[in-house]
Amino acid sequence: MTAGASGVRAHARITAAADGRGGTALPELAGSGPLALRRTGCDGPEAHVTLVGAMSAPLGGDRLALTADLGPGAALRLTSAAATLALPGRCGTAARYDVRLTLADGAALRWLPEPLVSVRGSELAVSTRAELAASARLLLREELVLGRAGEASGLLGSRLTVVREGRPLLDQEVCFGPGAPAGWDGPAGLAGHRAVGQLLVVDPAFAQRPPAARELGEHVVAAPLAGPALLVTAVAPDALRLRALLDEAAGHYAWSAACGTT
Amino acid sequence: MTDRTTSPAPAPSPAAGPATLLVLADGRFPAGGHAHSGGAEAAVKAGRIRDAAGLEEFCRGRLHTAGLVAAALAAAAALGLDPAELDAAADARTPVPALRTASRKLGRQLLRAARAVWPAPGLDALAAAFPRGAHQPVVLGLTARAAGLGPRDAAYAALYESVGGPATATVRLLGLDPFEATAVLARLAPALDDLAGRATAAAHRARDEGAGVLPAASAPLLDIAAHQHAQWPVRLFAS
Repeated sequence: MTAGASGVRAHARITAAADGRGGTALPELAGSGPLALRRTGCDGPEAHVTLVGAMSAPLGGDRLALTADLGPGAALRLTSAAATLALPGRCGTAARYDVRLTLADGAALRWLPEPLVSVRGSELAVSTRAELAASARLLLREELVLGRAGEASGLLGSRLTVVREGRPLLDQEVCFGPGAPAGWDGPAGLAGHRAVGQLLVVDPAFAQRPPAARELGEHVVAAPLAGPALLVTAVAPDALRLRALLDEAAGHYAWSAACGTT
Repeated sequence: MTDRTTSPAPAPSPAAGPATLLVLADGRFPAGGHAHSGGAEAAVKAGRIRDAAGLEEFCRGRLHTAGLVAAALAAAAALGLDPAELDAAADARTPVPALRTASRKLGRQLLRAARAVWPAPGLDALAAAFPRGAHQPVVLGLTARAAGLGPRDAAYAALYESVGGPATATVRLLGLDPFEATAVLARLAPALDDLAGRATAAAHRARDEGAGVLPAASAPLLDIAAHQHAQWPVRLFAS
């Protein structure tokens, strides 16, 4: 980690590998600055790691990165201990948070962070890129919350790119808050909702049993992508309601560690 | 600065002038677009569009998301990028099956008209490679190319279509005064100009760096509503 006039630069790294005894080893678990990592247990083949916020971040100007590299057959559940608050910085520039996930054949990652809350006056660009081998599985949750309770939002952008076998599976970018492209909160945008989230399930088993597109609630839809994957998209009035919707969706579509192979 | 993104290699200069673009972008071009509301029917039903102001906000949101993405894909196709790579990029940017189906159907209809209007080997090859239809913006870009138009023209056609459809549909759905609906489109013109430039710049960048760098702006509520709309037993518009 380095800190300068332009903000904090920190890069946390996780490498997970099958340990040959049915479990997953973590040859590298290196936190950095505000991104501290703790091994928090395991469940059968799956290692558990929690991202612990060691200080307030991201602030304006910060550049944070998280890399998780899963070798063949490795299984990892990666969570965070608390919501991430995007806060305004002193230098008035945007913060960046880059997440890079690489999954080899047979690897399974559940990336289930707590919500990202955009605080008034903050500016954060998140980029998540996952690259999967053919038989890798990914469960990914993203929750974006515009402002703390009763507070106006900052500017929050997030791009999610998933590439499978070198081909794009999902590429989506959203941008909300003051300064976002016009119409973000209008009738084609969020229409007043303050929480938006996604649950992505990539599972090669879907190739044989493709899930149907389904409405799970008034503003929640589960949609099969053009590939063995399902994307649940939800908008909600607040973070609590959003989590309830995504938890319910996870109950339908996500795998759990106990039944690691589908 | 040797920045490849700002100084792209010169494209073959478009042979066709503005009149050809008028033919392509005309709402009466027989490509089936009139049957689609671009999400406006669902937004009207949900009470999110009630008047001209609501239509304008809806159109601005759509322009900066689906409109920009379609424009960049069309510009890239007009520039000569691999249609298969662009079609895969369109799939990845269209998570809802109802919208993927609508886009491919519109692509098929447009290609049929385009091959009659501007016959070209590139269009024949596209039809052979995608018997079930390529995504509409990809077909639109190749159609522009066949017509002798350039990437910026293709971007304009895509952007205009992304708001022209909802505006026309809202006149029918709400009984909105056509003068007011057209005034909305006129007020959006500067945004179209801006986005056409950005889409064209993105297409040039994609030629050097691959289709992955094309815009991917999405609107979660439009996606959710598009799936719900496709389930309605009775509807005026196909999407």
